[in-house]
Amino acid sequence: MTLYLQAIVNGLLLGGVYSLMALGLSLIFGVMRVINFAHGDMMVWGMYLSFWLFTTLGVDPYLSILVTATAVFVLGAGVQRGLVTRILDAPHEMQILLMLGVALILENTALMAFGPDPRRVNTSYALSTFWLGPIVFDLPRTLTFGVALALALALYLFLQRTDLGRMIRAAADNRTGALLVGTDILKVFTLAFGIGAGCVGAAGSLMTPFLPFTPSTGLALTLASFNVVIIGGMGSLLGAFVGGLLVGVSESLGAVLLVPSLKEIVTFVLLVFILLFRPQGLLGGSR
Amino acid sequence: MMRRIGPGLLVGAILVVLPFWIPSNWQNLLISTFYYAYLGQAWNLLGGYAGQLSLGHAAFFGVGSYTAAVLAIHLGLSPWIGMFAGAVLAVLLSQGIGYLGFRFGLRGFYFILLTVAAAEICRLVALHLPILGGYTGLFIQFRPDPWRFQFKGKIPYYFVSLGFLAAASAIVWLVSRSKMGAYLVAIREDEDASEGLGVDTLRYKMLAYALSAALTALGGTFYAYYQFYLQPNTVLSLNHSVDIMIRPIVGGSGTILGPILGSFLLELMGEFSRTMFAASTAGLSVAMYGVLLVVVVLFLPRGVYPTLAGWMRRKSGAAR
Amino acid sequence: MSLLEVQGVSKQFGGLRAVHRVSFGLNQGEILGLIGPNGAGKTTLFHVVSGFLAPDEGRVTYAGEDLAGLRPHDVCARGMVRTFQVARPFLRLSVLENVVVGALERVSHRRQAVAIAEEVLALTGLADKASAPGHGLTLPDRKRLELARALATGPKLLLLDEVMAGLTPTETARLIELIRTVHARGVTVLLIEHVMKAVMSLSQRILVLSYGELIAAGRPEEIVRNPQVIEAYLGEDFGNGAEAEEPPGA
Repeated sequence: MTLYLQAIVNGLLLGGVYSLMALGLSLIFGVMRVINFAHGDMMVWGMYLSFWLFTTLGVDPYLSILVTATAVFVLGAGVQRGLVTRILDAPHEMQILLMLGVALILENTALMAFGPDPRRVNTSYALSTFWLGPIVFDLPRTLTFGVALALALALYLFLQRTDLGRMIRAAADNRTGALLVGTDILKVFTLAFGIGAGCVGAAGSLMTPFLPFTPSTGLALTLASFNVVIIGGMGSLLGAFVGGLLVGVSESLGAVLLVPSLKEIVTFVLLVFILLFRPQGLLGGSR
Repeated sequence: MMRRIGPGLLVGAILVVLPFWIPSNWQNLLISTFYYAYLGQAWNLLGGYAGQLSLGHAAFFGVGSYTAAVLAIHLGLSPWIGMFAGAVLAVLLSQGIGYLGFRFGLRGFYFILLTVAAAEICRLVALHLPILGGYTGLFIQFRPDPWRFQFKGKIPYYFVSLGFLAAASAIVWLVSRSKMGAYLVAIREDEDASEGLGVDTLRYKMLAYALSAALTALGGTFYAYYQFYLQPNTVLSLNHSVDIMIRPIVGGSGTILGPILGSFLLELMGEFSRTMFAASTAGLSVAMYGVLLVVVVLFLPRGVYPTLAGWMRRKSGAAR
Repeated sequence: MSLLEVQGVSKQFGGLRAVHRVSFGLNQGEILGLIGPNGAGKTTLFHVVSGFLAPDEGRVTYAGEDLAGLRPHDVCARGMVRTFQVARPFLRLSVLENVVVGALERVSHRRQAVAIAEEVLALTGLADKASAPGHGLTLPDRKRLELARALATGPKLLLLDEVMAGLTPTETARLIELIRTVHARGVTVLLIEHVMKAVMSLSQRILVLSYGELIAAGRPEEIVRNPQVIEAYLGEDFGNGAEAEEPPGA
């Protein structure tokens, strides 16, 4: 019993980061209807930046979040301004191929810059744990979960309470309407993409303390984000959040019930089910 | 008639004579080009003509290569026969995925994701099946014997890969001229309108998927007996699916010359980056593929070949 | 002889009743007009009749056969073809190729299909645009292509959805003639239209749909005087005891 409880807790902790990643992806899709195939690769660049800051300047990844989030924000905004704007009205397939190209570029420039060896940030507290009853909590993962939650909350408040956030939501709901009331759509899109990317950059920093990564981790992370967003509900921020936790838990339980290296199969099977029977996702509304 | 066949015959003659005159690394290059062009043609049937983008063709490739290899290793079956067993299994897999996808109305991004999920599931399963060698992979002993699909020297491989490419191109050409071809293209352009005009869209998409999967699987066997090593993370990976589809997309999906041109282009680019920037090129050529993909999507959305053909048509029109 | 029987068909989308217990019959050789204000459910009815949507209740019988569970291509194979309200040409194909797709419903070989297509293009006046790409067509040509594609399948029953919308009076007159020609060849026609001139001159009978319900059926002269119809289009003030007036241009 404790084993399953432990698995659920671990899953939830990891799920927090998945939620953050998925929030970014969902925001981008919700506002621009663009599927960011380069999501995971942007995250990996965030991870490399975090790693570099740690190894050369000794900056703790939880502190370098600000830097990585901003850096990846800029990257995302740049990609949006330079490339995505041109294909906003193109068929979906074209958008996917474009972002796939960006993903290939990001993954392989990382490969050229950093080499193929796995990297990992070894903080002093990397192995610390604490106990709550019979359940052991991994310190880095718990910290990650806390920060991810805080960021998700911050994003939510931003979108709900600030003018800029409202503009973004308006543009997501009704692009033409937003244009009609004078919204600078280009600015909104760039901002949204940037924030989405920033989320994933922050997520990268948050994962480095416990996830070894290589340039090719990007594609796997992209898939994980897609899984979460589809399962939770495309375009629904709450869905992304809940989906992240759900996927985290199902992966964790999968690792316990099956072989650890097969844990992703649980998520993929879940994905297939959702695609077939409820393609709008658990919390998604109409497309 | 001669005007149309003439250039083709000339190219054919050159290709037949060529391998005897070029160094080994050029032979390698051409084999690789033909082989990827072949896979591109197979993908093209589903992705270009029928308009159903698949990012999971590595699954069929894997099924083909592993089936032929396992049957050869454990039953001593010649890969020339085993590859058809692989093709049959690939067809079954494609019908399974296709039924799930098409019957439930998955289109565009959702269908792409389904294909990715299917391929990933295959990869994860393969990593855990001992008979497939699991994580260590499957080594194929090199014993040159044409019956075992293994040849001494590169030249036989050259002709086999060229033969595969010619056959696939012929098949795609025949399909494109047939009722099936017209229907596939209609489905691509507007699936609902096609339904209304009597096209059984489910049936034709499934057919295209089956043919595409079968051909891809056969190509997998060639790979197995050219590289002599199969590993799920190479053979069944998303990266590999991208490799398969990028050539027809760049060259021009929905055309016969597209995958061939795309394959030549990418191979040349890869070779260029390898020779110019020897040292840290792990990744440069693929990064350039990414750039090429971006450029094509932004400026040449129909692919290099259709755009070029359009230019030439306009030029000759203006000159008249 | 009854070709199409629609019995008690209803279709709902969430809380919206698009079509509610609509019943009518269509005889072979007739031209039946279907009119009604925007949003009345006419296109939805077409979707149900042609197999694109399954009805929530009711039955559609074509040539004596219940169409339940049949997909649109099956319905087309039985001789019922529909056009779409917003013309949907195959954009990257030529006009000829577009029509060939329709013709392949009847034959298996390209060459035969091309022959049929060329004949249909001549009939619909598109012969000189045979090699033009679908995306380059003007609106009237797109409408004619839509019709040509449907005709190429060799239909017995043609469902036309607002095929006159957006056309000039000259083009409308031309299309009316074309439909008459097609009808003379033995095709039964059910047409949704807003262009009153077209409906009145073509239809032998007219059905009127409003808010998903059939409110009137009869000959054009009767429909025009029907107070409920007038009310549906023009509102209550005109409906009650309104003077019968000739529709403009009739």
